[in-house]
Amino acid sequence: MSDVCIIGIGIHPFGRTEGRSGRDQGVFAVKQALSDAGLDWSDIEIAYGGSSSAGAADVMVNELGLTGVPIINVANGCATGGSSLASVYSAIASCEYDVGMAVGFDKHDRGAFNAKPSEYGLPDWYGEAGLMLTTQFFALKLQRYMALHGISQRTLGLVAEKAFENGSKCEHAWRRSPVDLDTILNAPMVNDPLTKYMFCSPAEGAVSLILGTEKKARQLGKPVIRLKTSVMRTRPPGSFEVFAPSLDIDRGVSPTVLASRAAFEKAGIGPEDIDVAQLQDTESGAEIMHMAENGFCKDGEQEKWFAEGRTKLNGKLPVNTDGGCLACGEPIGASGLRQVYENVVQLRRHGGARQVSGTPKTAYTHVYGAPGVSAVTIMEC
Amino acid sequence: MTGLKPLCDGLWTDEPEPRLIGGQRKNDGKIIFPMPTGDAASAYDAVPLSRTGKLWSWTIQGFEPKAPYAGPQPFRPFGVGYVELPGQVIVESRLTSITGLRIGMDMELVIEDFDGERACFAFAPKESA
Repeated sequence: MSDVCIIGIGIHPFGRTEGRSGRDQGVFAVKQALSDAGLDWSDIEIAYGGSSSAGAADVMVNELGLTGVPIINVANGCATGGSSLASVYSAIASCEYDVGMAVGFDKHDRGAFNAKPSEYGLPDWYGEAGLMLTTQFFALKLQRYMALHGISQRTLGLVAEKAFENGSKCEHAWRRSPVDLDTILNAPMVNDPLTKYMFCSPAEGAVSLILGTEKKARQLGKPVIRLKTSVMRTRPPGSFEVFAPSLDIDRGVSPTVLASRAAFEKAGIGPEDIDVAQLQDTESGAEIMHMAENGFCKDGEQEKWFAEGRTKLNGKLPVNTDGGCLACGEPIGASGLRQVYENVVQLRRHGGARQVSGTPKTAYTHVYGAPGVSAVTIMEC
Repeated sequence: MTGLKPLCDGLWTDEPEPRLIGGQRKNDGKIIFPMPTGDAASAYDAVPLSRTGKLWSWTIQGFEPKAPYAGPQPFRPFGVGYVELPGQVIVESRLTSITGLRIGMDMELVIEDFDGERACFAFAPKESA
């Protein structure tokens, strides 16, 4: 097994870019990552990537060059980026390749996602009745969590306030203006208890990450940022997932808990050792619940954490330093890779106005999606 | 709800006080809703579910969903929740109310007019005796 390093990163700004296809945004990100690494496209030995709504990754060779490189198209829903990264990680760790690339891109229609029941093995009536909405799932999971663990509406607002504050300092974010707490709390209710500002929106964007062996990183003179582990898990029995017409009365843990535990075990460190984290925040409550599911705090402690600002840029564990999904929007194929991109920026201490305080040495990412998948990475420098 | 066609056949029983039809897995007794169709059905026995339960979680659908949503026009916000049917399963359902909802409250199954032509199941807060 070889150590795997992240040697190049590229991003196309998230949000809305009229006139540029999702795939072209992907090409933009790839070129930036190559430039960052000091490599040519012909140096890439293996690539994995894809999108949810913007086509296949392998078509990019038209623009990038016909080098014969193997490109594996990944279509794994919200875990497309995480799965691509996990695959490149394995390719490098196994010593079969020295340099590989993951790319994720997307371009979604405006408004909430409208999934087709048949694609999730569900009957048509479930969608017709108005039960097949991701926003409902988030609200339903959160409503119960708040009741069981004493999370206040105000804390939901604080999550969004932090996201827009961080996003205002981040050049790849979509929402670049701070929004005050009262505005967030008093905005129209979308799915009770979540207001308009507490949800992220489908968006556009692309991220490319180039991975290599440690030897390659040193040859290129790049700072050694090790991807210690990249794991992905599907749901265990009794978990509560998007698009579930029924739940088992015997309740279980989420796929996030499985992915997180496996990642920490493989990395040989614990949640208390992490310096900066990017956690899936498709809505305010998701960030709160994912703090506990990933082991950073106990259920209910988030209330105190937010009151004390522990997850702000200058806090003990900064979370979603680029504004997360709330400020960047969610292009599904790119979203998980954006988190890794942001962690590399933080570990290189290139975050500028959004740079976390101190000298971060470890970083964590977590993405979650339908119909019950979760991917986690841990990085160290 | 005579005269109204069900949103889908096989979701609830045809009796004066209808019950949802779940599927009980033959190998371990776990119950899911709805009863699976196709090849998966052979692993399950159809079982009628309790008409009453407790509200497990709830939200209000405040905006009109895109297709395949096929609800009545003009759109009106509706309640969505999970109802725990004791000892059986927790089912997702439309709720008849968008006010006064609270986790743990008693709920009861009703069959309601969905769009003037079709009927859909929903759970209603149960009047305390």
